[in-house]
Amino acid sequence: MSEKLIYMDNSATSPVDPEVLEEMLPYFNKEFGNASTLYTLGVEAKKAVDKARKQVADLINADPNEITFTSGGSESDNMIIKGVALKEIQKATEENPKNHIITTTIEHPAVLETCKFLEKFGFEVTYLPVDESGIINLEDLKNAIKDSTILITIMHSNNEIGSIQPTKEIGEIARANNILFHSDAVQSAGKIPVDVIEQNIDLLSISAHKINGPKGVGAVYIKKGVTLEVLIHGGGQEKGLRSGTENVPGIVGLGKAAELANIHLEERMKHNQEIRDALMEKVTSNIKDSYVNGSMENRLPNNIHFRFSGIEGESLILRLDKKGINGATGSACSTHDLKGSHVLAAIGIKPALSHGSLRLSIGPENNIEDVDYIVESIDEVVTYLRKLSPLWDNKNDKYIGDLFEKEVDEEDLDRY
Amino acid sequence: MEEYSDKVKDHYMNPRNTGIIENASGEGTVGNPVCGDIMTIYIDVDENEVLTDVKFSTFGCGAAIATSSMITEMAVGMTVDEAYNITRNDVAEELDGLPPIKMHCSNLAADALQAAIDNYRYRKENGEI
Ligand SMILES: Cc1ncc(COP(=O)(O)O)c(C=O)c1O
Repeated sequence: MSEKLIYMDNSATSPVDPEVLEEMLPYFNKEFGNASTLYTLGVEAKKAVDKARKQVADLINADPNEITFTSGGSESDNMIIKGVALKEIQKATEENPKNHIITTTIEHPAVLETCKFLEKFGFEVTYLPVDESGIINLEDLKNAIKDSTILITIMHSNNEIGSIQPTKEIGEIARANNILFHSDAVQSAGKIPVDVIEQNIDLLSISAHKINGPKGVGAVYIKKGVTLEVLIHGGGQEKGLRSGTENVPGIVGLGKAAELANIHLEERMKHNQEIRDALMEKVTSNIKDSYVNGSMENRLPNNIHFRFSGIEGESLILRLDKKGINGATGSACSTHDLKGSHVLAAIGIKPALSHGSLRLSIGPENNIEDVDYIVESIDEVVTYLRKLSPLWDNKNDKYIGDLFEKEVDEEDLDRY
Repeated sequence: MEEYSDKVKDHYMNPRNTGIIENASGEGTVGNPVCGDIMTIYIDVDENEVLTDVKFSTFGCGAAIATSSMITEMAVGMTVDEAYNITRNDVAEELDGLPPIKMHCSNLAADALQAAIDNYRYRKENGEI
């Protein structure tokens, strides 16, 4: 390891802010009470949980009563999608099966896999395509709506390429058709303004560890009046919506992280965007055949997603790590199923090129002063890997990967 | 992610015998961009059927680069027949193992070397060399 550490994978997870940690610590052993008990210790825990509920509600312009704590973004997505599906299917009639869900092809697996799961039980799911900048077409959404549509679940912003969906307009369409609208705002909350009233959102998921809070804690917003079927039964905590003794330190951490994100939102957006724009500009102008994936306008201020032709992402990440730079890639080698990024495929990037991708996601602790070092390091690594690559013509210094874009033969795929 | 052995790390950070052999006795390319690994191996063979030089060029993950680099070291000095018998497992063992998920997809070096030898034999039979 090099001595320097530039952590730029904040969309994967982020370090707990020292202020957040400090706020959490007493709840591990001093104020360790069970929030459901009646003596002082329990009452203090309950107060702490309610304070956090307010802090989270304030971040998204909701009422504290509309916030329920969960174990993180994945649980939040599952709870809402399955909860709505199970609730609505009970209203099915001969004419209307009440079983149709609309989502997109670029959702996080927590949404996509949940939808696929429901398909096994007779639900029908429409996966809307996105354009090359990673944004849905509102006409497609309108056309997909049927009488049986019970839920539209479309992410607020994408975790890979940072594209921001037209949430407000999606919400308007949902309202006009009397359909519930859920938005996975795990990457948006605390990064850009998320306002459930203004943006017409009925249901929303957030997660603490993407905003300098602890891992394993998140929340859902459920608009007043919306009811879902409960998935986790037990002692009736969280108004019966999500049983289980509350993770008080985690919830306190989420609350504090939400409060800090809210206070510093404007200033952090500016900070992130400055670094983002400098990096995007310098990399694409200094490194031949380098591109930015995703939308330039509707993009999270903290998200950068590059593509370098002729090289593969895992080897890029490993070499950058040696230089003290941590980022992510959509390369197949980095995914559990070796299939490569479904998001890059959805925006039309060819396989050989999607392997050479690099996501850098900025956090409050990153510095604009490091930009030059990062650009130099990427340049050096990309140049080195191209020298090694059969997809790069080193004599003429150009990409020749298209020559290799052949049909995949079955034998090749069998090996995987 | 599962960790690579020190030997794998050494080979992907400092790959040996990289590059192209001009007018090589044989060359072979295997892999597929969809899967994210493509490697080409070049061989030079002397009149005693011994591999005198082996070089590679690889697009792929750490394991793909390390196995390519490793096999070039293993193969130099072997006869063509001996080199043809190097298996994927031999390469992985020489690297002190590979993470299971990499055993299949990124362990293509033995196939690439065989393809290069096939190419050499074909060219010899056809009087090209
Ligand atoms: C968009 C999105 N949704 C959901 C999740 C899952 O969140 P968690 O890791 O808290 O379960 C993530 C995190 O990777 C995400 O980026």
